Amino acid sequence: MALPPTEAVIKVQDLVVELDTRRVLNGVKLDLLRGEILGFVGASGAGKSVLTRTIIGLLPKREGLIEVLGVDLDKADDREKQAVDRRWGVLFQQGALFSSLSAGKNVEFPIREYLGLSQKLTTEMAISKLEMVGLKPDVYRNFPSELSGGMIKRVALARALALDPEILFLDEPTSGLDPISAGEFDQLILTLQETLGVSIFMVTHDLDSLHRTCDRIAVLGNGKIIEAGTMDQMLGSNHPWLKSYFHGARAHDDWHVPVKG
Amino acid sequence: MTAATLQGGHVNDGGLDLAAAGSWTAEHARALEPLVDKATHANETVRRIVIDVTRVERLDTYGAWLIERTMRVWISRGVEAEIVGLSDSYGHLFKKVRAGAGKLTPLVRRGNSITATLESVGRTMMAVVADILLFTQMAGSLVVAFLRVVAHPTKFRFTSMVNHLERVGWHAVPIILLITFLIGSILAQQGIFHFRTFGADIYVVDMVGVLVLREVGVLIVCIMVAGRSGSAYTAELGSMKMREEVDALRTMGFDPVEVLILPRIFALIITVPILTFLGSMAALYGGGVVAWLYGGIDPQVFLARLHESISVKSFAVGMIKAPFMAIVIGLVACVEGLQVKGSAESLGAKTTDSVVKSIFLVIVLDGAFAIFFASIGV
Repeated sequence: MALPPTEAVIKVQDLVVELDTRRVLNGVKLDLLRGEILGFVGASGAGKSVLTRTIIGLLPKREGLIEVLGVDLDKADDREKQAVDRRWGVLFQQGALFSSLSAGKNVEFPIREYLGLSQKLTTEMAISKLEMVGLKPDVYRNFPSELSGGMIKRVALARALALDPEILFLDEPTSGLDPISAGEFDQLILTLQETLGVSIFMVTHDLDSLHRTCDRIAVLGNGKIIEAGTMDQMLGSNHPWLKSYFHGARAHDDWHVPVKG
Repeated sequence: MTAATLQGGHVNDGGLDLAAAGSWTAEHARALEPLVDKATHANETVRRIVIDVTRVERLDTYGAWLIERTMRVWISRGVEAEIVGLSDSYGHLFKKVRAGAGKLTPLVRRGNSITATLESVGRTMMAVVADILLFTQMAGSLVVAFLRVVAHPTKFRFTSMVNHLERVGWHAVPIILLITFLIGSILAQQGIFHFRTFGADIYVVDMVGVLVLREVGVLIVCIMVAGRSGSAYTAELGSMKMREEVDALRTMGFDPVEVLILPRIFALIITVPILTFLGSMAALYGGGVVAWLYGGIDPQVFLARLHESISVKSFAVGMIKAPFMAIVIGLVACVEGLQVKGSAESLGAKTTDSVVKSIFLVIVLDGAFAIFFASIGV
């Protein structure tokens, strides 16, 4: 089942999505390649979340094709869909931890449901995931209401990673974090890409984060992908929106210097 | 995708070679765990162990942790343990997994079962005391807010109150009418059924009249309102509390009691007496219909008998209780709503508490009123 290294793990073609009668996405074409981090940007309300939610199956689409890990989600039956579900992890913007379960039980939840391991191994894996995202093991016992925003995001990331997914969806992972935590989170994402070889689809508005972590960036506007490419290509683009986005008041001068390589 | 295996190799001079192969991934973790445990516990005598992972096709954190776990057991027994054949890409993964402690600090257990029971009893009692304090405090804040509103009538959230009037009052009318109608009918049917034995059918009118106007009307309405509107108040205020809306109000210099709670409780104070009146009438009507159809008591006879058996006092006793019940329901609902903490579970628990406590208090209050009216001879 392993795909060749350069193959797209997510293939989106001519995607049209309508909310009520408003056409939000109009012919989106986008690939996520194996092992890459794809940053996904666009103005607020441009439909970034709509695209993410459509790919992960929370919103219905009007037309188009979505293929995840070689499976066309339209034609797949329930079993195939579930098989895909366990091969991706989703980090929601607010974490979406189950508030009635402790942090550890949140991480254990998918493991318990899908893998049916012994309680001992399940707990050990949950702790290992928590430590992998930079938390102390004892966070296991804390409830979401007792955790700070940054910790909630980390626990949610640990839960998204619980089944060692091949694809990770991150919805604004650094929003609401202080610069230090945001920097640590970027580093964490890079480490995960390196150690687990996971492909990451990241919606973000954080320019620093885009610059530091992303292999490629895709820009959404007017219901279409305006441009997709590396950070340098984005900085060199003549598109007016891209210019104001990447050369605006929040931009830095040193972005031409590659961090990754 | 090949299944994962762990083969025990040769034991030579106290050394053991193990060879891992296949996919050491999450899907196979269930099958792998017993294999690894068996290898770990079957060879207690070895002094040196080598795990060869050259033929592992795929490895994820599950596989890596299973290998790391057995390594830790060996090392804690003083065995020399080593992994060979690890590729670079998996080396990173191993380093990451190895970095974790992998276990929780043990919980300290406090006391034995007797002290634990005593402690829980004590905590429950303290919770009751805390509840009483909270209700008193809320009643106080309400009075203060009320006086402020009396001093500056423009401050009162009239629109909000009208909105609540519609929701707790107008929308509740059909269900209240239906339920009290049925209760009145049942009372009459039971009365006729048993009184008939003594040939005292006609007294069913006295029973239904007094019971409905003094007790049943107001009680049924209050229980309905507590379940219908009290729970809604708690859930609304609770979710506002969860999403920090209450704090936002406070920081803008508004008193949540004045803005959120006063209009709600006023709406209840106005609504509950009206609903009680409508409910009592519907119950009497139900009683009358059943008396006519089932007991053969003519409507005119029913009305004439009703006229003799009840007085304005019976009616007043029921109606006087209504606003007090409304205050109790509103207070409990709002106090519980503001007690909600961050989790969805606590919202559910507080909503349950709100309904249970307000129904309990409504019945206790009804008992107190019964004693009071009896002692003043009404």
